[in-house]
Amino acid sequence: MYGQKSAVEIDTDSFFKTLPAESEDAKPASAHAQVPFVTPLREMNFVLNEVLDAPGHYQKLGYTDLTPDFVDEINGAVASFAEEKVAPLYSSGDAEGCKYNTDSSVSTPRGYKEAYEEWSQGGWSGLTVPEEYGGQGMPLSLGVIKSEIIGTANWSWSMYPGLSMGAINTLLLHASEEQKQTYLTKLVTGEWSGTMCLTEPACGTDLGQVSTRAVDNGDGSYSVTGTKVYISGGEHDMAENIVHIVLARLPGAPEGTKGISLFLVPKYLPNEEGELTGEESADNRNVTCVGIEDKMGIKSSATCVMGFENSKGWLIGEPNDGLNQMFTFMNTARLGTAMQGVCHMERSYQGALPWCMDRASMRALSGKKYPDDVADKIIVHPDVRKNLLTIKALTECGRAMIYDAALKADGMLDDDEAVREKCEEELGLHTPTMKAWLTELGIECSSLGMQVYGGAGFIKDYGMEQIMRDARISTLYEGTTGVQALDLLGRKIILDKGKELGKQAKLQIGEAFEIGTSSTAGNHNLRGHALEVASLSTQWVTTSMRIVAGAASDREIVGSASTDFLMFSGYISGAYQWLKMMNAAGTALDANPDMDAADRSFYESKLHTGRFYFDRLLPKAYALRDMSIKKPDSIMNMPLDGWDLATTLPSNSGDAYAGYKPE
Amino acid sequence: MRVLVGVKRVVDYAVKVRVAADKKAVDLANVKMSMNPFCEIAVEEAVRLKEAKKATEVIAVSIGPKASAETLRTALAMGADRGIHITTDLRTDQELGSLSVAKILAKVAEEESPDAIILGKQSIDGDFGCTGSMLASLMDVPQCTFAAKIDFDASTVERETDTGTEIVKFPGLPAVFTADLRLNEPRYATLPNIMKAKKKKIDAKSIEDLGVELSEGNEVLEVFEPPPREAGILVEDVDGLVDKLKNEASVI
Repeated sequence: MYGQKSAVEIDTDSFFKTLPAESEDAKPASAHAQVPFVTPLREMNFVLNEVLDAPGHYQKLGYTDLTPDFVDEINGAVASFAEEKVAPLYSSGDAEGCKYNTDSSVSTPRGYKEAYEEWSQGGWSGLTVPEEYGGQGMPLSLGVIKSEIIGTANWSWSMYPGLSMGAINTLLLHASEEQKQTYLTKLVTGEWSGTMCLTEPACGTDLGQVSTRAVDNGDGSYSVTGTKVYISGGEHDMAENIVHIVLARLPGAPEGTKGISLFLVPKYLPNEEGELTGEESADNRNVTCVGIEDKMGIKSSATCVMGFENSKGWLIGEPNDGLNQMFTFMNTARLGTAMQGVCHMERSYQGALPWCMDRASMRALSGKKYPDDVADKIIVHPDVRKNLLTIKALTECGRAMIYDAALKADGMLDDDEAVREKCEEELGLHTPTMKAWLTELGIECSSLGMQVYGGAGFIKDYGMEQIMRDARISTLYEGTTGVQALDLLGRKIILDKGKELGKQAKLQIGEAFEIGTSSTAGNHNLRGHALEVASLSTQWVTTSMRIVAGAASDREIVGSASTDFLMFSGYISGAYQWLKMMNAAGTALDANPDMDAADRSFYESKLHTGRFYFDRLLPKAYALRDMSIKKPDSIMNMPLDGWDLATTLPSNSGDAYAGYKPE
Repeated sequence: MRVLVGVKRVVDYAVKVRVAADKKAVDLANVKMSMNPFCEIAVEEAVRLKEAKKATEVIAVSIGPKASAETLRTALAMGADRGIHITTDLRTDQELGSLSVAKILAKVAEEESPDAIILGKQSIDGDFGCTGSMLASLMDVPQCTFAAKIDFDASTVERETDTGTEIVKFPGLPAVFTADLRLNEPRYATLPNIMKAKKKKIDAKSIEDLGVELSEGNEVLEVFEPPPREAGILVEDVDGLVDKLKNEASVI
């Protein structure tokens, strides 16, 4: 069902563009091949239309235009652009990376600026923005799909418009009308881009430590001073201006998380009419990029250190409301990062499968499968098949998990506050799980994609290793796996007293019952799977109760259990989605016994892949469950001097003994 | 000036097709389909004429199954004003031949009276490249094929030849033009235009409704893959290479 392209494609266009430029110190980037990209539209439509009833959902929300054909048309247009303009830059962008110039500007790799301009002219940044600000007013879920397509094509490139969406959504919900008219409108057209400036050298996870200061200038504006790090798209050459959304502390604000405010600080200050003057240069920047990072992956995303020195900005919303405002979009941001897991899984599969269908090595243990060839194609070998099936099974249920949540997220911009709150509660349970589970497994899948290549997987010229390097960041940013786990277990389950968890478990059990007692289940052997989903959904709740009971006597149990519990939760969610997908496939097969061979093959593939998930991936859930209810002793009992301090500590790293006074 | 543009739904250029089991056709099941690349160029040319205020209306026409409406929607999203869908269940990659297509387009042109008809020079499934010329003959109007540049003011067309290009002058409109690769670079459909295109009309009617009698197409005897590439041979030196190129491959 994927376009049958060759396994390896040399991007000659990109090669010629990377020949040495005029500058003496411009080194030619190595031209290596990359995994070609085909948008899996049929997979996406299956999940939307046959599993989740997206058409019904859109009609119910009043989006009468969003018929399956029209949604497919929109996605198809994004797909064409992504395949032809964005994907070809994936490997060359990685080889070139961004350059920090002597005037503190940043140059993106060749082709990035042009692609960004054309994307902006296409109006795509306005897809989900209300029409009054220049957008098309489409639901957030369509934005999630849009980001999947460009993200799979070229994750680094997609971070530029992606971070702008973060700024757009923040301003949409929290900025004043005047701020929206000046800044939001231009973010929508893409003529200006946006960033989210939260992290500082001393704090990323622990934003309560934010020390960037903001002082009231007395004229409605503020002077912001401080350093922000790891700011994606903080500086670049693709847009005329950059709008930084900055967390900072007002004088006298309460300590910790309750004293942080949100500010809008533009790179260049617009005039009274909200326009640039045309005099913008390196000398009159309001905010300076102090440098960019040299990273393992996502190399063509400019990861910047931003210097704010009495930079002029404006307060967004109320003082000390900064973190609350950030949390409004926590769910969608996590959804977007969860998507990165799926994007890399998908790209890795698109590279791995053609190789396995082509490469010949050894013979099947059960007898020659390609007797006329010198060896069997490696697709015959169980270990290779297992690796491929793992990527396939996780990609497909990952996509279903995200789309399911994305459709729920459409309620986030509803006019009715009750709808918005319900939406946030439901999503709140899912997003930490999806973010961590899909990104952790995204790295693993990108590794498996390399694995089937053997040694060639390690070689840049085959394009597989880049995917893993790009995937590695996804468990680190937007809240590390550990943080997601604490959020899931500590906040969303324990503080919530298990209310939302119970609702979700009951929902899954109910659907498993419906599916398990249907004729479809009988026809396609789904009863056992339905039973397992129901059983695990129950264990999901009981396991959390055991952890809570233990936590009464030892709070460290929560942190010791949380990551395993999160992965346990992820496997259960995956099983629930697989059950639904297998049901949809079986239903389709039963409803149309005369379908053509290719359709039949599509649906039967779903059943085969789902069976693999239940048979070979889901068993991990039980080990994770068991680990999550163990006592924390083996983790917590290691004394401070037991960590092998024979390794010399750097002299300025601080002494862990000093100040260690456990209560 | 009103412009009629033909657009055809074909296998996407990037797909590597496979022969169907019965060896009578290419296997199209679940294969990605797109607008023929030369038709995209034709639409782009027509839309640019509208933007330059040289054309007042661009009508896109497609002949094919239900899904051809998607191809028309793409044309509308690029800027065509309305669409005409001539429906058929015949396979447009082999059952509906060039002459039949030309006859259908001639009937549509009779009804719409366009000043210029722009088609792609060929479709990438059949690769016949005949439709434009046949249409012009049926309509008894001038034809300018393999156009790399069209100048409606001077009534000239720069057209591709095997050795370069030549400039031809056409006596006037109406005329048929077929688009070659260098005529323009087609635009991507923008989101606002996709939204606007939803409101544009597509009129559908069958070949029978149109009242066209089809010509007998070609009979497909067999479809097969090209023979696999054979191993190369090592030549001793440059002289040996030149000798083989000249005397065996006859390419120099």
